[in-house]
Amino acid sequence: MSDSARGTRTGSVLTHAVLVLGAVVMIGPFVWQLLTAFKSLPETTTVPPPLLPREWLWSNFAAVFDVLPFGQQLLNSLIVAAAVTLGQLAFCSLGAYAFARLEFRGRELIFALFLSVLMVPKQLLILPQYQIMSGLGLLNSLPALILPGLFSAFGTFLLRQFFATIPKDFEEAALLDGAGRFRIFFSIMLPLVRPALAALAVITVMHTWNDLLWPLVVNTAPASMPISAGLTSLQGQEWTDYPVLMAGALMASIPMLLAYLALQRQFVQGIALSGTKG
Amino acid sequence: MSQLATAPAVRAERAAPARPYRRRQRSAYLFIAPVGLGLGIFYLYPAVSTFVLSFAEWGPFGGHTFTGFTNYLTVFQLDAFWTALGNTLLYMLIGLLTLPAAILFAVLLNRDGLRGVTVYRTLYFIPFVTLPVASGMVWKWLYNGDFGLINQFLGIFGLPGTYWVSNPATALFAIGIVQVWSQVGYYLVIFIAGLKAIPKEYAEAAEIDGASAFQRFWHITLPLLSPSIFFCAVINIILTLQIFDLVYVMSASATVNPAFGASQSIVSLFYEKAFVEADKGTATALAFLLMLLIAGLTYVQFRLQRRWVNYV
Repeated sequence: MSDSARGTRTGSVLTHAVLVLGAVVMIGPFVWQLLTAFKSLPETTTVPPPLLPREWLWSNFAAVFDVLPFGQQLLNSLIVAAAVTLGQLAFCSLGAYAFARLEFRGRELIFALFLSVLMVPKQLLILPQYQIMSGLGLLNSLPALILPGLFSAFGTFLLRQFFATIPKDFEEAALLDGAGRFRIFFSIMLPLVRPALAALAVITVMHTWNDLLWPLVVNTAPASMPISAGLTSLQGQEWTDYPVLMAGALMASIPMLLAYLALQRQFVQGIALSGTKG
Repeated sequence: MSQLATAPAVRAERAAPARPYRRRQRSAYLFIAPVGLGLGIFYLYPAVSTFVLSFAEWGPFGGHTFTGFTNYLTVFQLDAFWTALGNTLLYMLIGLLTLPAAILFAVLLNRDGLRGVTVYRTLYFIPFVTLPVASGMVWKWLYNGDFGLINQFLGIFGLPGTYWVSNPATALFAIGIVQVWSQVGYYLVIFIAGLKAIPKEYAEAAEIDGASAFQRFWHITLPLLSPSIFFCAVINIILTLQIFDLVYVMSASATVNPAFGASQSIVSLFYEKAFVEADKGTATALAFLLMLLIAGLTYVQFRLQRRWVNYV
């Protein structure tokens, strides 16, 4: 074996050693969460804690549904994530198309306004947004969680970048054939930016599912909370039933985990796109 | 007569190219209207309104009295503000550890012929897609002073543990590390994309010239990766300055956790002021100061980038 080959061999072993250690740190907490979710409360409070549960208790998962309207909250999260994502895809793509492909008076100014929205941290907006929701009588309702999420300066900006790269010939040919703007938009332009739409969908679903601050503010009634906010009420002030808490946390993470494992390429592409273009 | 006859023809000629243009223009507003109105109502108006009302006292029923800089003076006299500001900057510094960690893993994963790249990337990305509230809870359990795995682990080596999230000396660090853990996968993806864009010839040429692996990394890879590093640093700093979820979940409330103040961030103080104490004036000023901080630090980074970012 040549010197450099041996060097690569040890290098590769070392590389894997570091990567495996990293993987253990990244995944270890979830493994411990899973094991804890099946244990009895006394088992979790013995020192040292047993690695595996003596008896695998499914009852912790059922208990989550007893102490919280957990099913309702999961459903709320699903509805809100789906509605926000569909809305953003529709509204942002329409606006993005106009910014990228159409000429109209005030385009630069309006686009500058969009960009300024992009730079404002969302906490700054929460109090007036709360007052708007309260004024509309929407507190503790799903529309309160959905409405502000439907519109996104980021989404419009991301899609605009993609529309801008499409050659002009495509739509000019269609224009000459007598197709209207909306027709061109739906049947020619939208299919061409499908990767960007998928990326935006993935980013939006994740942000909406994971968001905590806004739901905590507008929906304080347990039945109208999404799962992110609902889960926080499982933590007692003085005392927490950790196996039940871990079971709840696990179940709340599963939909997003499954989505990620099923659509990994879109997730990674989406993040990479948002990273380079956003 | 002939003049009269030609006039409409000329007008028609001019109108012909103008008409599609006008039609385009009109329909453009229809395309923009939904997202434009939505952003105007739910984002632009609130932004302006917060700014204006940060100079007013918020009445209980929506009335406002303008009080100049009073809210800001109140904030500056608030001990909790200075603590939260210091904490937030510490969170930011700890958060920056995400970048070297992500670069290390990205470089390792980018090695030629490495097996299992997809598996590693999948595993590393999982904390990022997991509900932050849920991650916070898991880590709080790992950090538990009596039954937590971390203290058990330290015990093996005879090291003393502590109540990580309720000890004022360790709470902030403990929470900040979870933030790093949850974000590494995100930056990893961006860095891998950045590394893939670096032509292999550079490193090969340097290797022939006898540069060691570390020298190649330090003098070739890092400078060529600097645009990605710059982008990630900007995003990372903006995000950690707004840290809230993990603090909220892991630090509980002032009545229970002695480390509550020592781990509070500006956003969690804002939440406390606005929605627990209903002190909206102070909260608005706080939110605006946070924006200034973010804008200021972002600006400084853009100014400094000339000194270390290499655009090829």
